[in-house]
Amino acid sequence: MGNRITVTINGTVREAEVEPRLLLVHFIREVLGLTGTHIGCDTTNCGACTVLLDGRAVKSCTIFAVQADGRTVLTVEGLARDGQLHPIQEAFHQNHGLQCGFCTPGMMMTAYALLQRIPNPTEEQIRWGISGNLCRCTGYVNIVAAIRDAAEKLRASPAPAGGRS
Amino acid sequence: MIPGSFEYFSPKTVPEAVSLLARYGEEAKVLAGGHSLVPLMKLRLAAPRYVVDINRIDGLSYIKESDGLLRIGALTRHGEIETSELIRSRYPLLADAARVISDPLVRNMGTVGGSLAHADPAGDWGAAMLAAGARVLVTGPRGPRTIPMDRFFEGTFTTALQSDEILTEISLPQATKRSGGAYLKLERKVGDFAIAAVGVGLVLAAAGTCEHVGIGLCNVGATSLRAGKAEQLLAGKKPDDAAIAKAAEAAAAECDPTGDLRGPADYKRDVVRVLTARALRLAAQRAAGGA
Repeated sequence: MGNRITVTINGTVREAEVEPRLLLVHFIREVLGLTGTHIGCDTTNCGACTVLLDGRAVKSCTIFAVQADGRTVLTVEGLARDGQLHPIQEAFHQNHGLQCGFCTPGMMMTAYALLQRIPNPTEEQIRWGISGNLCRCTGYVNIVAAIRDAAEKLRASPAPAGGRS
Repeated sequence: MIPGSFEYFSPKTVPEAVSLLARYGEEAKVLAGGHSLVPLMKLRLAAPRYVVDINRIDGLSYIKESDGLLRIGALTRHGEIETSELIRSRYPLLADAARVISDPLVRNMGTVGGSLAHADPAGDWGAAMLAAGARVLVTGPRGPRTIPMDRFFEGTFTTALQSDEILTEISLPQATKRSGGAYLKLERKVGDFAIAAVGVGLVLAAAGTCEHVGIGLCNVGATSLRAGKAEQLLAGKKPDDAAIAKAAEAAAAECDPTGDLRGPADYKRDVVRVLTARALRLAAQRAAGGA
């Protein structure tokens, strides 16, 4: 019944035997024990479960783990490196880009993908870019500020500390 | 939410996928982007015994012009269409539609072929591709065949695809100097399905009259709809304000919305009228400007 899969997650190759119906988010949280990726709505709306799959930001509640076989996944745990926060994490911290923090991992992963594609985004591009990530504390003003700040930090030091995708 | 159990296949070629579908028939489902299928499986509204994942088949994801056609591989993600320079510069109808499908994360996974094959009347590609005069290329055990878009949708979530066929490509007439288009969608909030949306594909003759006009309507009927009467009213005429107003009224009359949480039927009908007029004006401007 099980399918053997190999996934490179945050730079580490992990192998596991999974049922085809196992969702990627459950694989990440329950099989690999990486609980930074959250389950929010579980209906493809909120973006709390956002991870990068081969560099693209996706909702891991809507993908089967078997689909990630042979592919690369980056979760929020892969952002910091050697105890140093990633510039995106620093920016969220410094700009208070969170209230309860539940949406934050997904928000940062979306920001990570956005800033790779558009290093110097306008406010509109940021708001458009995070439109698949919901913050029910309505902390969007500071989230947008954090992403703008992160963009500046990343442009100032083009080699980010983390992000082993 | 946990989907029911299923057996998973990830064929490497279209013939391999087709033979799996031929073997398992109605008990099998094709997994493309999965952003309609997986939610349905999580809700147990769909419980296929066999899932045929076509994502590992090479050569189904492309956007190119050849032989007078724009060809889009069925596995092309909405986001790839949204960011394609070719689409942005020459196919405004498709560019407009791609950017209002759900949200950026969904657009990174969802595919144009999957969206059409799913045949949700709220799917934006259905209306856009009807307006564009597209055809789909499908492959089954009996070989490939093409189906014009206006014969593709047979009912809600039902298409002309047989259970052993796979949609592989969408093609539409290549843009010309005098073609234009637009897709306008009214939604309650960004990322939502449409209250109503209207796609227009337009080619102007040298005299400024409508040489070809396609109008597609989203989420105002049992399927994506083509507003054929509205199209006829414009054929051969200049798209001036009076002609556009008449066509918009015709489109509103020929759609068939139902009242739901997105609004009562008569409201949606009027949204169709307004959006049809706006989309026609925008498409005419773009066609005249060569975009």
